[in-house]
Order: sequence, then C-alpha cells, then structure tokens
Amino acid sequence: MARRATPEVNAGSMADIAFLLLIFFLVTTTIEKDKGIARQLPPKEPPTDEQVKIKEKNLFIVNVNRNDQLLVEEKLMELKDLRQAAIAFLDNGGASSGTAEYCNYCKGKRNPESSDNPDKAVISVQNDRLTSYKMYIAVQNELVAAYNFLRDRESQRLYGWKFTEKTKDLDEGKIKGESAKEALQEKLESIQKLFPQKLSEAEPKKSGQ
Amino acid sequence: MSKFTKKKSNELPPVNTASLPDIVFMLLFFFMVVTVLRDDNLLVQNKLPKADQVEKLKKDRSVYIYAGKPSSRYQDKYGSEPKIQIGDKYTDISNIKFALTEARQKLLPELQDKIMVALKVDEKTNTGMVTDIKQELRDLNMLKIIYITTPGNEVSQ
Repeated sequence: MARRATPEVNAGSMADIAFLLLIFFLVTTTIEKDKGIARQLPPKEPPTDEQVKIKEKNLFIVNVNRNDQLLVEEKLMELKDLRQAAIAFLDNGGASSGTAEYCNYCKGKRNPESSDNPDKAVISVQNDRLTSYKMYIAVQNELVAAYNFLRDRESQRLYGWKFTEKTKDLDEGKIKGESAKEALQEKLESIQKLFPQKLSEAEPKKSGQ
Repeated sequence: MSKFTKKKSNELPPVNTASLPDIVFMLLFFFMVVTVLRDDNLLVQNKLPKADQVEKLKKDRSVYIYAGKPSSRYQDKYGSEPKIQIGDKYTDISNIKFALTEARQKLLPELQDKIMVALKVDEKTNTGMVTDIKQELRDLNMLKIIYITTPGNEVSQ
C-alpha cells in the first residue's frame, strides 16, 4: 500500500489570525501611567502632654474653608499667589547673621518677623471637612511646587543640575551603576536637608466649628 | 548580439509578504506582554484632580483605594453619597482595615513592608472622607500614600 504523503498545512491564514490577536491586544492595552503626589503620614503615637513649641513666626498657616477659599496668614489669597507666598516664607532666613540659626543660602527678604531658616519653617494646612478634594490637591501641589522651586535653585547653584530632573532620572532608572546612584542619592539628600519638606496637616475641623 | 541584452520586464515585481506574519507576531508579542487587563471594575465616578509636581507610582507595591460618588448606573441602587471602593466592591469606612489587610497579602512577601496606598479620589469628594481614610491607614501603619492625579495645573486653568 502506497503511503500517502501528508498534505502541507496551509499557512496563508496565519497572518490573519495573528492580526486578529494583535488588534485585540491593541484595543485592550492601557499603558497605565499613574502619577501623583506622594506623602508620608505621621505614625500614630500615644498622646503626650508635651507640646512642641513652634514660634509663631516660623509657622505659615494655610486655611481652606468649605467654600474653597484660601486664608493664608490671616489674609485672603488667590490660589495663584500661594506658591510665591510660600517661597517667600521658606526662603526668608530671618535669623540674624552670626547666630547658629543663620541661613547663608537664603535669598529672601530676611524679615525678622518671618521664618528664621528653612529648617525651622513649618507650613501648616488646615482644611475644613467640606473642602473639595480638588482644592485640597491644588493647595498641596502649590506647596510642593514651592519646595521644588527652592531645591532646584540650590542644586543648580551647588551642582549645576536641577533637583527635580535628577530625581525623575533616578526614578526612571536612567542613572546607571550602583556607585553613580549612591553618589546622586547623597547629593539629593544634601539638597533635601537644605529645604526639608515640613508640611503639617491639622485635623480638619467640622463645618461650623 | 542579443546574448547581452538583458530581458527587461516592464512589470513591477510583487512585494514579498512572506515576512509579514513575523512582523505581526512581533507586534503581537509586544502588546501581549505590556497588556494589563484591568483588574478593578470601577464602581465610582473617578475624575482625578490636576497636579504637576508628581512622582511615579511603583505599581508592584501598591494598593488602590477609590472614592467618589457611585457611577450613574449604580446610583439607583446605592444613592449618590460618596463611597469607598477597594478591589471590586464598595467598602464601608469601618471595613477598610480588613479589606486592606487582605489586599496587602496579595502582594509579594518582600514588598509587603514597602506597601504604598494609592488614593484615587474623585475631585468632587469632600476632604473629610479622605481624612477618615488617612486615619484608618495610620491605625494600620500604612504610612506611605500617594494621591493619584492627572497632569495639569489648577492655577493656569
């Protein structure tokens, strides 16, 4: 009995099948790029009687009410002016020269009525429970922007690059080599030390209180 | 004489399509690898606020919390008060702890300590709700959070 040769499989429709699958995956793909403002919450501690004393002049109070209006240092303010106000406050460097608290890299007005140095300066945000989340994020964004502006300025002065750009490079893995990474990390931390992010959040008040 | 004259055809040679399946397969594999099928079915409205001072989220170590008003098709059933969603279902504020502990266990063991909570909250929600969530997170000792936003800036609008 003669053996029948197996007929060749027709591969002509292979491309069609592959196309079909390709289109399916093309449609379902969502290359997600979630980005946001990162925050570290304060750990829960047992209540203590000890009160941390912060001088009034080192405190920058941002109050947001239920109608999304801003009260900054007891003055009404538009959102667009918040960034500049925060920069002026952080960069003030009010401590007189010669004292231990003197800030030699600050370029502010050196107003003795405002913050002593960036390390002492604390920004406190108070929200109402009925403040919209949109406004809350907008305020946080402006305040982070103020810090980033000052950090960029200092890193430009000290190392010739921008703090935010290098942080991004590090995040995206553009920096190659362990030693280079560590060196950069160290420099970034030194900048962070110059302008430590001290954003405090008070517990929101109930509306009407 | 005619030995050297080349026979010249006027027709264009057909394009060789033999490598087409290979190319398509290559693309196919690329998309197969990058595709992440949505694992959370969104039950709440989720229009994120805008911000530009942002950091990237490390996906392998994060847990999502959604909050906002129920989507329009669920409003008949659940009303229009803002709700919290973790995973595939609505969660009550008192139930967050349980839901999050469960979600944490799904992560890789070495990343469980570095857990980051991604808050996807609708821009119309009240801050009070976010604060409640944050209090619960502090109780759970999950202190790293990230407010997911969309690119843009509120001021320049």
